[in-house]
Amino acid sequence: MTRLSKNKMAMSGLFIVLILFSTSLFANHLAPYPPSEIDTTRILAPPSLEHPMGTDILGRDVLSRVIFGSGVSLSVGFVAVGISTLIGVVLGAISGYYSGLADRIIMRFVDVMLCFPSFFLILAVIAFVGPSIWNIMVVIGVTSWMGVTRLVRAEFLSIRERDFVQAAIAQGASDFRIIFLHILPNAMAPILVAATLGVASAVLVESGLSFLGIGVQPPDPSWGNMLTEGKDNIEIAWWLSLFPGLAILITVMGYNMLGEGIRDSFDPRLRR
Amino acid sequence: MILYLFKRILLMIPVLLGITIISFSVMKMAPGDPISLMTDLNPNMNEEAIKRIRAHYGLDQPWHIQYLKWLKNMMALDFGRSFASDNRPVVDKILERIPITLLINVLSMIFILSAAIPIGVISAVKQDSWFDRGASLFVFIGFAVPTFWLALLMMILFGVKLDWLPISGFRSLNYTSLTPLGQIVDVAKHLVMPIFVSAFGGLAGMSRYMRSNMLEVIRQDYITTARAKGLTERVVIFRHALRNALLPVITILGLSVPGLIGGSVIFETIFAIPGMGQLFYQSVMMRDYPTIMGILVIGAVLTLLGNLLADLLYSWADPRIRVTN
Repeated sequence: MTRLSKNKMAMSGLFIVLILFSTSLFANHLAPYPPSEIDTTRILAPPSLEHPMGTDILGRDVLSRVIFGSGVSLSVGFVAVGISTLIGVVLGAISGYYSGLADRIIMRFVDVMLCFPSFFLILAVIAFVGPSIWNIMVVIGVTSWMGVTRLVRAEFLSIRERDFVQAAIAQGASDFRIIFLHILPNAMAPILVAATLGVASAVLVESGLSFLGIGVQPPDPSWGNMLTEGKDNIEIAWWLSLFPGLAILITVMGYNMLGEGIRDSFDPRLRR
Repeated sequence: MILYLFKRILLMIPVLLGITIISFSVMKMAPGDPISLMTDLNPNMNEEAIKRIRAHYGLDQPWHIQYLKWLKNMMALDFGRSFASDNRPVVDKILERIPITLLINVLSMIFILSAAIPIGVISAVKQDSWFDRGASLFVFIGFAVPTFWLALLMMILFGVKLDWLPISGFRSLNYTSLTPLGQIVDVAKHLVMPIFVSAFGGLAGMSRYMRSNMLEVIRQDYITTARAKGLTERVVIFRHALRNALLPVITILGLSVPGLIGGSVIFETIFAIPGMGQLFYQSVMMRDYPTIMGILVIGAVLTLLGNLLADLLYSWADPRIRVTN
């Protein structure tokens, strides 16, 4: 933990993530205007003191919408990664602990899932089940567990051979106890790293889906669907494209820095 | 080599079956079935007619029979007819779109390699130099940039403000009246931004990968030996180190195929390029189920072929692989 708090990258990442959290939590107080307030006298105004990020095609304040959009990115990231981590840990634990037939079936399943261009699979499922923020969270979750599964399996394979696990087996501890009390806690660090980096990629995927119009539906602001407006007005209003994307970039960088920082401080082998 | 190829192809069969099973389950995930879409809004429908239509499409049979029938059609590349107004066979619609998507993906892979390898090598050889730091920063940003945002920014800068490059389409309206050379220039101008955008994320990943490979190799004993026997640094780096550091890149190229194909949805939609990604997006928006299924399966099969190609290249480049397999 002290090593983590001394890691500059992890701490800057954590700082960004905390700012994002408070932004979405206090969006009501921080945003200078209500996010859906239409002001027809100020349509497509460029950035100014009153509207630091300009206004959009309906005269809504872009800064306020960016602030309110942070909640979407955070919740999608967390729920999606929660789902994928849960699936990954369960399947990876079974695969790595029991080996044999279960392992082979699960690993083939992973191979098959990895063959699908993930964006294709996500779009196809959304096309069938319909776009909504909940569907997106679930779909991103159930299409991105493969990496965690492989990782957890590898950890289990190696930790299972260690002496303290062998001792527990010799004492006759139940499989459940060995998996959850002896092996899993020792595999937490890499899972945590994968989950943090997973949030970053879930945020990217969500913004991509919303940008294509199959994610969060307007008038609810999400950074992705704000960029769709940016594209529609690309010839006249650059500020509609610049700021929401910048928010995505900073968010994703924050999670990536946090994830890599945790990895560096927990696993000195990986430090170069 | 032939035996290895044969083994690899045999191993593909269960994966192919898995791909079809997952695709079929995705299709069955829809609430209701395609028939209700066709009949719900039609006031002339009665129970009897709906039953007849369901029987006509085989939807009244148990799911495993439906799956086997669907699989049989897939094997014959028969994906059915598009729900779109043109009502053409799905396979024709996809096949005419594939070349352009492949062209862009191959070009962006070439771009990734030709930029990432030098960046990675220089970063590793001059570790912690200003170049290395700059490259690391670029990699970090590259991992976090949403590609569609990068596309928008480039469109604003090079398309709108500077007016250097066209911002949409694959060729200009006056394409047919251009000279052959002019036609090539025209297509090239249209493809500059899409290729750069689709390559950007991969470029970051590949240069970091190349850097860590190179760092690993440089520490090996045979590099020390090469230096000790008085070879010039140039020979040590390019003859001894680079060749070994390049080997794993082949595998990464194979693994990056699904990402590139999946990414084509985004940049083809933004730049209005008539490729497979754009077709997929349009089909999703129109709920053109047969086309969605066709592209889903073909996209997975393309990935599988990409991986096979990478494996074969690897075993050709590194004889150790063939022996241990």
